Parts: sequence; structure tokens; C-alpha cells
Amino acid sequence: MATAVASERSRSDGIRFGRALRRFGWTIAVYVLLAVLMVITIIIKPDYGAYEWNTLTLAALPLAFAAVAQTIVVLSGGIDLSVGALMALANVLTLRAMLGHDLNFSLVVALIVLLEVTLAGALNGAVIVLTRVPDIVVTLATSFIWAGLALLVLAKPTPGIPFDFQNLAQGSTLSPWVPNALLLLLVIPLVWIPLRRSRAGLAVYAVGSDRNAAFRSGVNLGLTRVIAYAAGGFFAACGGVALSMTTGVGSPLAGTYYTLSAVSAIVLGGVSLAGGRGGILGPVAAAYILSLIPAVFIYLGIDPNYGQMVQGVLIVLVVMIGGLGAVLRRA
Amino acid sequence: MSTRAVAAVRLVQQRSILVLIALLVALAGLIEIIRPGAVNASWVSNIVEFAAPLGILAAGQTLVVITGGIDLSVANVATAAAYIMASQAPFGVTRAIVAGLLVGLAVGLINGVGVAVFRVQPLIMTLAMGLVVTGSLNVYSQAAVRSVPGVPAVIHTLGSGTVLGYVPVSLFLWALLAVALILGLRGTGFGRLLYALGDNMEATRLAGVRGWQVLLANYAACGLLSAVAGLVLSGTVNAADLSLATILLLPSVAAVVIGGTSIFGGSGSYSGTIVGALILTVLNSVLTLLDVPDAVKQVLYGAIIVVLAAAYTRVLGHE
Repeated sequence: MATAVASERSRSDGIRFGRALRRFGWTIAVYVLLAVLMVITIIIKPDYGAYEWNTLTLAALPLAFAAVAQTIVVLSGGIDLSVGALMALANVLTLRAMLGHDLNFSLVVALIVLLEVTLAGALNGAVIVLTRVPDIVVTLATSFIWAGLALLVLAKPTPGIPFDFQNLAQGSTLSPWVPNALLLLLVIPLVWIPLRRSRAGLAVYAVGSDRNAAFRSGVNLGLTRVIAYAAGGFFAACGGVALSMTTGVGSPLAGTYYTLSAVSAIVLGGVSLAGGRGGILGPVAAAYILSLIPAVFIYLGIDPNYGQMVQGVLIVLVVMIGGLGAVLRRA
Repeated sequence: MSTRAVAAVRLVQQRSILVLIALLVALAGLIEIIRPGAVNASWVSNIVEFAAPLGILAAGQTLVVITGGIDLSVANVATAAAYIMASQAPFGVTRAIVAGLLVGLAVGLINGVGVAVFRVQPLIMTLAMGLVVTGSLNVYSQAAVRSVPGVPAVIHTLGSGTVLGYVPVSLFLWALLAVALILGLRGTGFGRLLYALGDNMEATRLAGVRGWQVLLANYAACGLLSAVAGLVLSGTVNAADLSLATILLLPSVAAVVIGGTSIFGGSGSYSGTIVGALILTVLNSVLTLLDVPDAVKQVLYGAIIVVLAAAYTRVLGHE
């Protein structure tokens, strides 16, 4: 049963090296891959500077949030195929409410949108728990609902996010090499670490690794799953608001790319789709890798459409290698 | 399972398909109420014509879902098959159709290798292959084809021609595939193995079945059926663009679920999926008749699918 839960308890005893390697090996490998890719990028483009780095952090910010949203839902043993639609909804809601207002008003709007879309995520979870319809079907269907609502709020892509609000992500307040888009990632640990350490966070892992065992240990299955989907909704909302900041545009169709890419990011980031295993460090690095690949293609002067292809091939290879490992261990 | 239990399960399945058919009739009645005289022979012909590509796409999906998997690349494969068929049309219709079908077969085989040999979760494997297919198609369309290609006459007839005034040509193909699938799933060893694998993969392995061969063939069949659906669809809408079948992904899964095939595998039938595809098409027609904006249509469509699936799960849960 839950290795994550078990190792939580044995942490005070000191984690043995082998276990640490097994637990963090994949995450370390993902960061090594990211580092290698960065080195390759710098070799390809020797004048890679603060500007390019800033562009990368801007591109990766919404995807990192989307990946974390998907991670939490998958850790609880579910899947949310409406992440992209929730992001689009948050994105168009911010544009609609912020148009022509100042920074303070925009910040209030952002908070309200975060709340609204968190509720939408919770609704996903509630429908799954109450109707017992499989999560894939429910979230595939609700993705239509959220995307339809996004289209109702805003019929076509419209610019007009206040510049001060955009600068929260696009500027570099501290140093050119520490763009604000990188600092905004701090929202993730600020929310995730307290959640992870709370009863609810432990319950999410427990429900994800073995639903029966969790139930017999007195975990409230329904509530835990709704919390996971609500947390997913919150981070999807962060992703949508991040899209508003990084693009300055409200677009009802912006989300489509992120549903697929978020799943790609968590697979690459070492989160088990069976649930209960994985963390958020891997998926965030994976979001950077997935955002770096198209950039590398552009630097190489190759059609960025190849990027999508390579992204797909990369995922297939990663999961096949992972699967091969499992097959060999069994043999 | 005892014979009585088997009989009980049969009864539920048969009754649930009657419930579905009743729902279908009720929806048609609703249309007749909204617009008296709308339900006539040409309306039925229209519904069948638009349900055929979805029904064929959902056929592949049914096969995969019965084994406990899911194929999220069906829409991408259908689009790619239609596009490549259309772009090859100047070199001869036969070559074009074969090329389109080969696309489906190839992607299905790769999906199958990933799922059956490397034990990749079907959701991830097919999602990733969907990315690869769409990415490759974008590259291909920019490198090889300058303008959106036209659809050859044969395919156009297949997708939207009618016989005797009202019978769509695509119905013949659909009916042929349906008979083959229903009989194949019920009566052949391969069909029974699909249910066995979906019900309990480990028990099937212990019984001496080479599961990977069955799964591989099954995903290849799903890819091929998706390609056929793509060709028919391009004939129906008389165009093959880069987002031809994208809208059919959710309906392909929804038709299977509404049709009573368990998403966890091991039970279900293609006859249910057929009714599911018809219900979704009629539903679309109701929403079109109500003249609601596309956005509202999308919201209602999603909501109704959740409600239908919930009602279905509840009904089956009580039996």
C-alpha cells in the first residue's frame, strides 16, 4: 500500500539512500534532463540571455500551474480532462472584469476569479462523487460546459488586461535573471506545502494509493476527492490568471493546449497515473522542459510544429521506458 | 457466473437498450412538438447520415473500452486519415483511400504496441499519439500541400449520397460494420477474449491467453475504424480540413458510455453504442432546432451527457 504514506512515517528514522533514490530518482532525472536541455539551448544560441530566459519563464508559468492542478487530482486517483477549459474560463473572466480598471481592482478581480473557478473544480469533484460516473467521462463532459461558459463570457480573443497587472508577471523586479514569472511559481509551494502536511493532503495520497484501505482507515473518500478536485480547480484558475498576465489577452479557446500538455507534464514529471505516487517538483520541471522544446526548435530555425510532434514522441518514449522497467522487474 | 446470473445480466442489458430506444423516440417526439412536421423520412435520413461517422468512430472506441482501455486519439486519427486521403486523391482514388486507411492502421498498431507490449496506460499512450498525429499532420500540411484538398467523388457519395431518395449510402457501410462487430463480439473467440481481458486481465493471463496479441490487434482495429470514420465524415461534410473530426472525440466516448458499455471494461455491446450515437445526433438536432448560440449548445451538450451517464449508472446500480 501507500509507499508515500509509509515513508512519511519513517522519515524521522532517517531515509535510507536506496529508498531516497527510488523515491526521488525520477524527479532528479527530470531536473538533469532540464539542465541538459538548457545547456544544449545555450550551445545552439550562444547569445541566450535574460530576455530569452524571461520568455521561457513566461511560457512555462501557465503550464506549470496546469500541471500542478492535474497532479493533485491524479494523486487522489482521479483525472481532470477539464483543466484547460477551467483555465480558459478563468482567463476570460479576468479580462471581462478587469477591462479598463487599475491594478488594485484587478487584484480583487483575480482573487474572486480564483474563488469562482475553485468552486467549478469542486463541482467537478462533487458530480463525480455523487453520480459515480467515471471521472474521465465527467470531466470530458464538464470540459464542454466550462469551455461553453468561457465562450459565453467572451466570444473571441480580446486584448485589454491592464498593463500594471500584466507587469506582475512580465517584469523583473529583483534582477533581470529572476523574472517575476519565476517568483509567481512560489504560489505553488505556498498552497501545496500546507495542504500536503494537513490531514486532507495525507488523505489525498491515501485515497489515491488504495481507496479501500483509506476507507477502512476512516478517511472520508467523497470529501477528500472533492478537495482534490477543488485544489485542481484552484491551480487551473491560477493558470488562467497567469495566461491573462503573460499574454494580456482573454481568449476563450486558449485552454485546449493545456489539458493535453498538463497530462504530458505529469507523466514526464513522474506522477503515477494510478494515483498516490509523485510530487509537484517533477511536473513543474517537466512544464519547463515542454516549454523549452518549441523554443529550441525556433532557435534552430525549424518549423515549431515539429515541437508538438517531438513533445508527443518524448512522452511516448518516457512512458515506454517506464513501462519497460516495470515489465523487466516482473520477469 | 451461474446461468441465472447470466440470464439476469442479459435481461438488464436488453432492458437498458429498450430504455435507450425509448429515450431516442422521446427526443424525436420533442422535435415533433417544437416543430410539427419536422420528423419525416428526410429528417431520419439526415440523422442517420450524420450519426454514421460518429457510430463508426464509436465502434473502435467500444472495442477498446470493452478491454478496459480508452482511445483518445480516435478523432486525431480520423482527421489525419481524411486529410491524407484527400491530399493523395490526385494520384488515384484507390491509392488515396488505401493511404488514409494505412494511417489509421499504423497509429492503431503503435498504440497497441505501447499499451500491450510496454504496458503504458491507454489514456497516456493514446493522448500522446494524438499529439504526435496532429503535430505530424500540421507539418505535412505545410510541407506537402499548399491548399486544402478536395474530397474525391466516391468518398463524397459514400458520406452524403442516398439510395431510393432516403437511404444514406453510409448506412450500408455502417450496417455492415455493425453486423460484423455485434456478431464478432458475441460469437468469436476474439470477441470473447476482449470481454475477458476487460473483466480480469490477470485471470485471462493465467488461463493461458496471450493478452498482448489480442490487445495489439484490438487497438489496430480501433485505428482502422477511426480512419474509416474519418473518410466517411469527410464525405459527409465534403471537406477535409485539419480539425475535421476534433469535435467527435467527446461524443465518441459519450456514445459508448450512454450505450451501456462499462468504462472499466468487461461488459457492453456495440448495439448500445449505436443507439448512443443516434441519441447524441438527435440531441444535437434538438439543440440546433432550438436555435441556441453555439456556446449555450456546448454547455447543454456537456450537461446532458453528465445527466444521461449519471442516470444510466444509477439505473444499472439498482438492478
